[in-house]
Amino acid sequence: MSEIERYIAPQAVVEAVKAMAAGPVTILAGGTDLTPQINEGRRKHAATLMNIQRLEGLKDISLVDGEIRIGTLVTVTEIRYNALLTESATILCDTANCFASEQIRNAATIGGNICNASPAGDMIIPLLVLGASVELTSWKDDALFVRREAMKDFFKSPGKTTRQDNELLTAVIFDKPSADFVGKFRKSGPRPALEISTVTVGIGGDLKDGVFKNVRVAFGAVGPTPMRGTATEAALEGQSLNKDVIQAATEAARKDATPIDDIRATTWYRDHLIGVFTEELLNNVC
Amino acid sequence: MSVKTELKFTLNGRPVNIEVPVEMTVLNLLRENLDLKGTKYACGEGECGACTIEVDGTTINSCLMYAADLDGREVLTIEGMQTGSVLHPMQQSFVDHGAVQCGFCMPGMIVQANYLVKKNPSLTREEMKRGLEGNVCRCTGYTKVFDAVAAIVGAEG
Repeated sequence: MSEIERYIAPQAVVEAVKAMAAGPVTILAGGTDLTPQINEGRRKHAATLMNIQRLEGLKDISLVDGEIRIGTLVTVTEIRYNALLTESATILCDTANCFASEQIRNAATIGGNICNASPAGDMIIPLLVLGASVELTSWKDDALFVRREAMKDFFKSPGKTTRQDNELLTAVIFDKPSADFVGKFRKSGPRPALEISTVTVGIGGDLKDGVFKNVRVAFGAVGPTPMRGTATEAALEGQSLNKDVIQAATEAARKDATPIDDIRATTWYRDHLIGVFTEELLNNVC
Repeated sequence: MSVKTELKFTLNGRPVNIEVPVEMTVLNLLRENLDLKGTKYACGEGECGACTIEVDGTTINSCLMYAADLDGREVLTIEGMQTGSVLHPMQQSFVDHGAVQCGFCMPGMIVQANYLVKKNPSLTREEMKRGLEGNVCRCTGYTKVFDAVAAIVGAEG
């Protein structure tokens, strides 16, 4: 028995958000998370199934007024090979390169990976390192209403975000990194392909004359949500990346993270990996 | 009663017009409604690649895609690769190199390999391994699979 009462595939964002304002909607994009979640009974369809793949204007990666904007329907494969990102936000392409398999990269959308809000969501980590915000669009008082929220504040618990039921995530946006920006990403799993991350660490900042500034650090799969490592950032900000600073940052990283035991790894192992990856990435930055 | 939607799409070069339940997967549509059994069901969650098909020139796991989303698109399955009784060069290369054992993963593997070569005609062995990482084979050990693909692109062993 299907619980779906209505299927729509709108072409305009305004139609989509009007439908979301009218009642509960399940959003379909690439289907790579939705389908297994429905099949395993972890999720139920709402009365309306809305396929957003036909929405216009959400499939581009663009640079406007110093901001890079990635439309919600851009796939992980498109990010992996995009020229603008390869040149100025390589950490996103590096992460896309480690994401699932070719077939899943071809279908999975950036908006879906963010809204699924898995603590282990791969693409979220480099976006946190880039200081990205999500753009949320809704229909309010007979008009389109658009707000932005910093991704560091967006995730609340596994699968939960501050996105309201009537809001469609339409894009993810970040300032184009400076020419001095260096960003590194490391993910762990028993094999490279199709791995759900055990621990993910992303570190980025401007490296000029040996000094690391505007540092952002993000961790995945070591807490209930993808998270920024504020103590690690403080240990690195304005510092030269010498052995003592890297040692202090590595210790701070292990304090920032709050890993749990689960089917993929123990707390002990995750704690160990956070230290190892943080040290390794910082040695690669300089 | 489940809600249905009408689809018009191109399947292996032929137009298809069919009504489907909106929650049906592409894999079930192909196998159950259109009687194309070449595309295989194995894991049902995008891990194994046995259900790989091309949609609009890009490969996807058909077990994860909603059939409703096929409207207006072009689909290629393993059945669409050969011309009459002549195998596609990629299929023939798999045969010639003994790359097939039980064969269950092969439709997905061949569709994926063909897509990789179309996208990058000078595919290296390393790129083959990355590109086929989502196609699981428990018989062959992959060596002869890579040999078969390498013969098509002229890659050195």
